Amino acid sequence: MINFPRLFGGRTASAPVARERLQILLAHERGLCGQPELLELLRSEILAVVSRHVTLDAEKVRVTMDRGNLVSMLEIDIEVPNSAEGWAVAS
Amino acid sequence: MAKVLVVTSGKGGVGKTTSTAALGAALAQMGEKVVVIDFDVGLRNLDLVLGAERRVVFDFINVVQGIANLSQALIRDKRLENLWLLPASQTRDKDALTEEGVGRIIAELRTKFDWIICDSPAGIERGAMLAMRFADEAVVVTNPEVSSVRDSDRIIGMLDSKTAKAEKGEQVQKHLLITRYDTGRAARGEMLSINDVTDILATEMLGIIPESQDVLRASNVGMPVTLNDANSVPARAYTDAARRLMGATIPVLVPAARKGLMDRLLGRRAA
Repeated sequence: MINFPRLFGGRTASAPVARERLQILLAHERGLCGQPELLELLRSEILAVVSRHVTLDAEKVRVTMDRGNLVSMLEIDIEVPNSAEGWAVAS
Repeated sequence: MAKVLVVTSGKGGVGKTTSTAALGAALAQMGEKVVVIDFDVGLRNLDLVLGAERRVVFDFINVVQGIANLSQALIRDKRLENLWLLPASQTRDKDALTEEGVGRIIAELRTKFDWIICDSPAGIERGAMLAMRFADEAVVVTNPEVSSVRDSDRIIGMLDSKTAKAEKGEQVQKHLLITRYDTGRAARGEMLSINDVTDILATEMLGIIPESQDVLRASNVGMPVTLNDANSVPARAYTDAARRLMGATIPVLVPAARKGLMDRLLGRRAA
């Protein structure tokens, strides 16, 4: 089928998508303040501390940083299994 | 007082070498004494773009290692008596450049030239770091395209943290040079616009170089684009950029789009 909008130049602009993707990505990358390993470091240390008391799946620990104008939000998501052994103190 | 200017981008193929040659030639045409240094060890190209590829005898690394002195390695342009080239080595590996050696040579060049323009290799490795290390000012070459803008953002971060000036608590003055800009495509929303790029990178604009056949034509014959056809659109854009480097206040104009046949037929307006 003939793509009429495209034929008449009404193609959807991709530049706004590019702009938005870049803004999100760079906000994240700049938030690390030249410490690209910071989030990974936080993730592994938090994992180590929590693992002392709770059996965790390393894959289920998520650390993200949302950068705002005045403050940033450090978000830590840890998924803990509901089984009894999940809460066993691993010491 | 001599100024050390690094032309950098992070991403490859955006026009660092072309811009180095064009800005260097434009400054030399304005009477400034200019040396352009190729930091791309192993993959030199500035000699080729300047049409000096058959005149290279000694190179940057020979001078760093004390095998040759500066006056033996510097190549004077045949068309512009104020323009000189310090070529990169084609055979050595990039580890042959040392920070101490580069610093020593740049200090010596500072006593002889008004502008020392360092053409950075792509990437963020040793060569690129050394090219920016002693810079007073930086031209960040960016294409209006997502990967180039992201890499430029990264490079801007490094200019603010990894240069000798930054470590002294001073600032490397940064200029944004947008190359390969296609106004028609930007107007149709197919390419990041100038506003998009400046909003995102928040850096002062040095110039906008439109996508043009003239750039390729000039490098084919080994001429800086400002010298090959001084009245071409990219040559004028580079010359204005060079004037801004000299401190002139010239408004940055977004190049006008050439209307295509379909645009004319449909009466579409190019922004």
